[in-house]
Amino acid sequence: MAVMGPETVDVAIEDDHLGSGGTVVHHGVVRRTLSAPQAWIGVIVIALVVVWAVVGPWLAKWDATTTDVFSFGVGPSRDHWFGTNDIGQDIYAQTLVGLRKSLVIGFIAGPGATLIAGVVGAVSGYVGGVWDKVIVWFIDLMLVLPAFYILVLLSPVFKKLSWVAMVVALAILSWMVMARVVRGQTMSIKERDFVKAARFMGVPGWTIIRRHILPNVASLLIIDATLGVGATILTESTLSYFGFGVQAPDVSLGTLLATGSASAVTRPWLFVFPAAILVVTVLATSLVGDALRDAVDPTSGANRA
Amino acid sequence: MPEPLLRVDDLNVTFAGNPPVHAVRGVSYEVREKEFLGLVGESGSGKSVSSTAIMGLLPSSAKVSGSITFEGRELVGLGDRDFSRLRGQGLSMIFQDPLSALTPVYSIGDQITEVLHLHDKALSKQAARARAAELLTLVGIPNVQRNLNAFPHEFSGGMRQRAMIAIAIANNPRLIIADEPTTALDVTIQAQILELLQEAREVTGAAVLLITHDMGVVAGNADRVAVMYAGRIVEQAPVRELFAKPLMPYTIGLLRSMPSLSAPRSERLVPLEGRPPLLTQLPQGCPFAPRCPAAIPECREAEPPLFEIGGPTRRAACIRADEIDDGRLPGPTIYPRPETVEPEAAPLATATGNAIELHDVHKVYPLYSGSVMRRRVGSVRAVDGVSFEVRTGQTLGLVGESGCGKTTTIMEILELKGASEGTIKVADRDTATLGKAERRALREDIQVVFQDPMASLDPRMTVGDIIAEPLTVHDVPEAERRRRVSDVLDLVGLERSYAQRYPHEFSGGQRQRIGIARALVVEPKVVVLDEPVSALDVSVQAGVINLLEDLKARLGLSYLFVAHDLAVVRHIADQVAVMYLGRIVEYGPSEAVFSDPRHPYTVALLSAVPVPDPVVEANRHRVLLDGDLPSPADRITGCSFRTRCPLYKLVPPEKQEMCRTQDPQRRPVAGTSVACHHAEHIDLITAGEPVA
Amino acid sequence: MIGFIAKRLVNYVILAVIATGLGYLIASSTLHPISKFLGRNPPVNQDAIDAALDKMGVNPEVPVLVRLKDWAVNLVTHGSLGTSTGGRPVTEEIAARASTSLRLLLIGTLLGALIGVLIGVTGAVRQYRAFDRVSTYGSFVITATPTFVIAVVLMILATNLNKLVGHQVIQFTGEYTAGLQGGFWSHLGDRATHLLLPTIALVLTSAATYSRYQRSAMLDVLSADYIRTARSKGRTRGSAMIRHGVRVALIPMSTFFAYSFGLMLTGASVTELVFSWHGMGEYLLSSIHNNDINAATGTILFTAVLVLIAGTLADVLYAALDPRVRV
Repeated sequence: MAVMGPETVDVAIEDDHLGSGGTVVHHGVVRRTLSAPQAWIGVIVIALVVVWAVVGPWLAKWDATTTDVFSFGVGPSRDHWFGTNDIGQDIYAQTLVGLRKSLVIGFIAGPGATLIAGVVGAVSGYVGGVWDKVIVWFIDLMLVLPAFYILVLLSPVFKKLSWVAMVVALAILSWMVMARVVRGQTMSIKERDFVKAARFMGVPGWTIIRRHILPNVASLLIIDATLGVGATILTESTLSYFGFGVQAPDVSLGTLLATGSASAVTRPWLFVFPAAILVVTVLATSLVGDALRDAVDPTSGANRA
Repeated sequence: MPEPLLRVDDLNVTFAGNPPVHAVRGVSYEVREKEFLGLVGESGSGKSVSSTAIMGLLPSSAKVSGSITFEGRELVGLGDRDFSRLRGQGLSMIFQDPLSALTPVYSIGDQITEVLHLHDKALSKQAARARAAELLTLVGIPNVQRNLNAFPHEFSGGMRQRAMIAIAIANNPRLIIADEPTTALDVTIQAQILELLQEAREVTGAAVLLITHDMGVVAGNADRVAVMYAGRIVEQAPVRELFAKPLMPYTIGLLRSMPSLSAPRSERLVPLEGRPPLLTQLPQGCPFAPRCPAAIPECREAEPPLFEIGGPTRRAACIRADEIDDGRLPGPTIYPRPETVEPEAAPLATATGNAIELHDVHKVYPLYSGSVMRRRVGSVRAVDGVSFEVRTGQTLGLVGESGCGKTTTIMEILELKGASEGTIKVADRDTATLGKAERRALREDIQVVFQDPMASLDPRMTVGDIIAEPLTVHDVPEAERRRRVSDVLDLVGLERSYAQRYPHEFSGGQRQRIGIARALVVEPKVVVLDEPVSALDVSVQAGVINLLEDLKARLGLSYLFVAHDLAVVRHIADQVAVMYLGRIVEYGPSEAVFSDPRHPYTVALLSAVPVPDPVVEANRHRVLLDGDLPSPADRITGCSFRTRCPLYKLVPPEKQEMCRTQDPQRRPVAGTSVACHHAEHIDLITAGEPVA
Repeated sequence: MIGFIAKRLVNYVILAVIATGLGYLIASSTLHPISKFLGRNPPVNQDAIDAALDKMGVNPEVPVLVRLKDWAVNLVTHGSLGTSTGGRPVTEEIAARASTSLRLLLIGTLLGALIGVLIGVTGAVRQYRAFDRVSTYGSFVITATPTFVIAVVLMILATNLNKLVGHQVIQFTGEYTAGLQGGFWSHLGDRATHLLLPTIALVLTSAATYSRYQRSAMLDVLSADYIRTARSKGRTRGSAMIRHGVRVALIPMSTFFAYSFGLMLTGASVTELVFSWHGMGEYLLSSIHNNDINAATGTILFTAVLVLIAGTLADVLYAALDPRVRV
């Protein structure tokens, strides 16, 4: 679930060994991102998915809970586009409900983790000294325990407090790797002459972070937030699949897949449709995030000689 | 005329892109056997691209057309397999940055034996290793057995470049291409490497094609010179003729704009206006015309070819070259020397007459070792007892090579927090005694200009915001900030409208002017400049140096000018301090230090600086230093320079004893203050004429 | 070099200890073993409840830090991880399951890493050509798919294949068929068919992740100056890229391996669960359902030790590959 991509981990690693992070060029980022075809595909797909999640229910006549006594466990048909389950509920409607829940979780927890990562990483990288050591050590600690296991341990709490607690937990457990990356980047920006110039002008520390450091790591954060949406959706669905995430009667794509997988062999539509939607959504966020990464760092994959 | 070893004929290289970049536009030249050809140019001239093309090592997105023949064989279009047989054997190349040019995971020995094995499959491992050891000795790398197993990161820059030379000469090539081999090195190391290159040439009988931006290097080493501009050769001549009477206005301008150790000190530099054109936006006609003071309307109609002037060995791409040749249009007329500017404003008034004062300042960094438990095993004495004064209204030049501590020294000054040992005073205030508010107020008086204009300007801020930033610290209201930004843009010769643009839209010289503007917007009295022109093209440096001098005169500024380029320092500084391993070894008026240096390090430093005059270079007596800079963590008893000192080797043993046991303090000797026991005997090593 | 690794190892050990302690604390706050005894009819005697809870060391009346100390002392002096709610020692239960999990984890991760490296290097060297495009898009899709979805899809495909062939070629429920008669080879064959799908699932996900990372690291290296130097010595383009590029590009991989190990563990646990293997994944789940604090903590300890080993191995690999750290 970590939103670490190859290039971003590189920066984190380098700060352990003579780091100077890569140069990050910002101008024309939007233009360059949109010049990659995969970015367009990703953006359009995400937009479609979100729009569909909102207006989809009105396009069909069944809602998620009403049972259609004439169609128990029926495959896709004109009446039920995605088929029905054993008690006659419309899969299309259920998928939409699950999708909405998953999207909400993804769009809140993903960028939420990024926010934490940005602040912690920048402060740690800029202030240095004891605080930095403590924070890095804490990050290492959190990385020793796979977040999934912690989330499983915490699941009784989610049962009690509802899925909102899970969103918070997801955000709290996903910021670590990105924070290391931001820290590495901050440390290298700190050594750049324009920061030294600001220090020697007398600009106070917090102002330097706000004015010089954060805008220069903004691109990294945007990439991470984008990828974080997809990663969080993946984690949530895995948790929910095993009964540790979203709890009944709430529905998410994960819970749908849990019920669907039991009969996946005999009645594939119960599983395939929610799975496909899930994969498509996450894939779209990956495409956009990757295109952003290529646009921001001109030395990354797509731009080689 | 025998067939030349290498013949380049109408070479064109275009890089794919949007728009495509035509980097080399019809270049033709030859290199004869055993000849040394210097290819000179600034950034964007195409010099590196054309030489990389000869080796066939351009990226696959580059389209190459024209002809390159080596020993009669056509190289353009030659397949990779066939070309690979030639590379490393008939032709070899030395690259600019030896750290990135050597593979970090293989030992030096392995990287040398590799080139041997590639061209002689039958060679046994022992034989290859023996030959590698031989090569290391040849290039002057000591401790051969140990160093064969060493990795590139364990070597210093100079040693790495020696290893690269060893690789290049291993198979006795007929042509060695050296692409800016010394640009990344300190000046004394540069002298060693260039000397080594000449030796390598003798040992292998190879011809050398040297690519560089430094006219001094070319003057001292090349037989013939070709000057490149905007992707074409614009002048070609034997070296003495080129320097004695350049015929192309670009070359003339370049030579006149360079500060030189052999020219009179007080002369103003002659700036070359404008900057090299972008290859994607070439103007109609001669690409130099927009900058050329001698341009006439015909110049803008068509690009002039290389004309032969007075014989086949002299060529210049200028339609007025013959006028220049026969004296109708002499160089000084095209580029007249500007008038010196008289001081206008009174400098900072202090009781002591010093803008900055340092007394016995020390800065020590602890060295830790051990992995489980970190123990302090020693210290790096980055600044080891430094004292100097920057007098108000004057410039103190602080010179030294990398690792001498000059950057650490100025950082200590700029922190305004005093030193761990010793005193630092700025405008007569002891910086150790400052409270927070006082420090903030003092920052109005002292500002800094950094070396790399790209790195010192925040790419995400507009120029206006960048320049205004110091004003925000002192709570200047917005309207006034805007006014002052416009004023200071005028002052540095930039358009007021530039305030809305971003740094990446400007050239290096313009960016440096922005950096200077930022330093001046708070109307400081002292400016610390850390290598302000080192990152700029040669033709642009003169303009910025002149600007700095003008500003100093007009605003009554005091400068602390740090640089490694001695010619620039000699030109701009009133007083000079020479640093070595954290100490000042010589200190005095610029005139005295440069004309009569008394410390052996200063002598060596000066003799290593290339002078753009082949006659002077040919007659120079070079004083070379042994080996590399010692590790700053080492404690050397007595004089820390003695491990490399040429004078130490020449004095009698009882005097050497003094060098070994007593740390020399600075004392006045003939006009400068010198930290050497035997400064009176300096003539033992300056047997030749020192540079005037 | 030894010093470098030793220092990191000590760090890992400390982290593992603290992580386990934290795990205990979290488990103790979220799990309530007492619930098993509540709401019974007839109600269980309070003393009996206390006795049962004390035997496991999970009585909520005792302050949690004291319980943690007791647990730790118990571990150090007796090498015991306490008793599970089922009454058996936790160490015994883990021992029974550990080899199952490790088998899958090792094969999946190592094979996945190897294949991922190969794909990444090849894709980078032949950038933008067919192989690269296919493998890039493929890995995009795979990394966008949750592991359990891949597992279920594989199951669907296997079932259809079995139907097509008419006979159970690929079996996937559990690790082996219970009560199978036959000699050594038929048992081996049986385990192999059961191992096939989980391995494929795990290898697919890990290879996809590693290949993307390796491709990027390789591309970074390909534009480096020393590749050009190698060619200037007389190596052909391909030879220079392989001989000089791959070694250097592998260096960041070892660090990535350490960081991604947590992901691999998670993936392996999920795979185990979907295919009904009796491994540590199942153990964790059941410990939650049974409110078994000792079992949960035991699992955390097991995980922490694995991460420790993986991290140290990665460090050894790093030092072996990169002479710059062997100061």
